[in-house]
Amino acid sequence: MTQPATGPAAATAAVTAIRVTMRVDGAEVAADVDRPGESLLSTLRDRLGLTGAKNACEQGECGSCTVLLDGDPVCACLVATAQCEGREVQTVVGAVPRPVRDAFVQRGAVQCGFCTPGLLVAVADLLRREPDPADARIREALAGNLCRCTGYEKIIDAVHTAAATMAGDRP
Amino acid sequence: MSTAAPARPAFHRPAAVDEAVRLLAEHPEAVPVAGGTDLMVAVNYRLARPEAMLDLTGVAELREWADEGDAVRIGSGVPYARITAELAAVLPGLAAAARTVGSPQIRNRGTLGGNLATASPAGDGHPPLLATGATVEIASAAGARRVPIGEFFLGPKRSALRPGELVTAVTVPKAAGPQQFLKVGTRNAMVIAVCSFALALDPAARPIDDVRGTADYRRHALAVCAARALRRVWAAAHERSPR
Repeated sequence: MTQPATGPAAATAAVTAIRVTMRVDGAEVAADVDRPGESLLSTLRDRLGLTGAKNACEQGECGSCTVLLDGDPVCACLVATAQCEGREVQTVVGAVPRPVRDAFVQRGAVQCGFCTPGLLVAVADLLRREPDPADARIREALAGNLCRCTGYEKIIDAVHTAAATMAGDRP
Repeated sequence: MSTAAPARPAFHRPAAVDEAVRLLAEHPEAVPVAGGTDLMVAVNYRLARPEAMLDLTGVAELREWADEGDAVRIGSGVPYARITAELAAVLPGLAAAARTVGSPQIRNRGTLGGNLATASPAGDGHPPLLATGATVEIASAAGARRVPIGEFFLGPKRSALRPGELVTAVTVPKAAGPQQFLKVGTRNAMVIAVCSFALALDPAARPIDDVRGTADYRRHALAVCAARALRRVWAAAHERSPR
């Protein structure tokens, strides 16, 4: 794929795009990316119609587009789709246990909701690594997810509620 | 005879350093990318529109670190999150700096190699590397070379890295004593440094007890003298109107 395209095949659409195959929320998907710098966020939303990850700052500041890439939270806007060949992507649809989502609703952690998918993914990752985090750890883990509505207190309450529910669910 | 084919978007995925530098020599237009935390911002904002990219995240040897006895050799593609989690005991200054980079999402992707290649004066990795006398390893199709960190930075966003070269590793001496990293910004998280400071203390030389003073007294007096001397040279260097 690194050779310059020559001959009749060069004119066809197949060789002017980069085919990327990856798993998104458990399903195998393929995307044809027409520039090497296309972000995973653009591919998810604009090519695949998967709008769980939100597009806000496109510079890795706000965390609205947070997804798990091979299990680690990353900003989808800063990942080139072509870097995801053969890799596992989980958006808010596939990454978040039910108790986390329910806790956000119960504790009023959602206002406009734009930051919520990214926060849910970040919280799911935190609780997978640390089942009962203290406030300082929660604040550190969510430092890359901006919310301009809630003042964060309700979000931190929701993390504690989710942690308690998930602890109760464990045998 | 034949007309030029339309530019084809290319995304090169080398699996080894040899292959990466060969591809870079063959395709000098290809922009190297690892975590993408700087490059992708430029791409998203149309400040850069690379027609080809060279992905370093598939090069396993760049994503490993190795204990070399009195130093640690860190592959240029080891993300900050791993430096913080795995190297804090032996490289406390660098680990402290890594912990202040961006957010968890950024630290999962951003790398020391990218920090060096970008050579921004705000790069959080630079002060501890300078304070500890690290060595940068660079590879190209012509071979490998090692550059002392003090000779690596040539100016804001300028480094000793030449076209066709990649940063492959940084060798950082293990801490011989306490280390500090301090960074000033508008808040604690997600901050690009206004300024930052790293200090590595090598306390190997120990004061002695003798007839002119005890070791304790000498330690105390040295601390007073060191603080006073640093304040005075700093004041002298930054005096607005010299007498």
